Amino acid sequence: MAARALIHVPKTAKKGEVIELRAMISHRMETGQRQGVNGEAIPRDIINRLTCTYEGVEVFSAELFPAVSANPFVSFYTVAVQSGVIVFTWIDDAGAKQVATAEITVS
Amino acid sequence: MAPREMTATLPAVRISRRSFVAGSAAGLFIMSLPRIAVARPSLDEALVGFSGGKPINDGRVKLDIPPLLENGNAVSVTVDVESPMTISDHVRRIAIFNEHNPQADVIVFNLGPRTGRARVATRIRLATSQTVVAIAELTDGTFWSSRASVIVTLAACIEE
Repeated sequence: MAARALIHVPKTAKKGEVIELRAMISHRMETGQRQGVNGEAIPRDIINRLTCTYEGVEVFSAELFPAVSANPFVSFYTVAVQSGVIVFTWIDDAGAKQVATAEITVS
Repeated sequence: MAPREMTATLPAVRISRRSFVAGSAAGLFIMSLPRIAVARPSLDEALVGFSGGKPINDGRVKLDIPPLLENGNAVSVTVDVESPMTISDHVRRIAIFNEHNPQADVIVFNLGPRTGRARVATRIRLATSQTVVAIAELTDGTFWSSRASVIVTLAACIEE
């Protein structure tokens, strides 16, 4: 799974500030409900999990089902506790992982 | 005259009237099954499955979704839950369920005290006009939900 991932993490934040994180990845999120040109079923192929870690601690995760749109977008919040790395990991049905990272400076 | 000759030349496969009727009925039943062999749980069954049978209260959850959609392929949904988000009192999970898609589940968010604010957003697919429910599980073990009915003029899931 080599897809284009877009993440939005503020570069700086004050300690204790609640910040919004946004993540989107290009993926067709094939539902498994559709049929191809010859009537054969197109197999399901979706991203089923997104996790977010902040300096190694998991602060958020989501389980995705086929009802999530293509190019899945998720936004959520976290508390800026310390400067460090925020890592987003997407996992698809085949078990392939895609990672995107961002650094945040907390003052 | 002609039918009699035909019966004479056909191989002797004897099907009783009863088995023919039973066989036709079975065939019709199989043909009438939807493409997904396993029937999806109803919206309420899905909610009970999420809450583990605990009562689900109205309130504390705000589900923001457009009431009328031209296209069900990417519907913006925001769920906001009233919670202080402290270590002892926060939202554990937020889930979205639908009424008429092929599968009841949409997405489950796992939150914690470090989430800071119990507000999540995503984009979902809706197969048809239906009810969408957001449900939240708090640390005290209570469940809160909010539902919205959505009119969709162009379905997702089947069309491109």
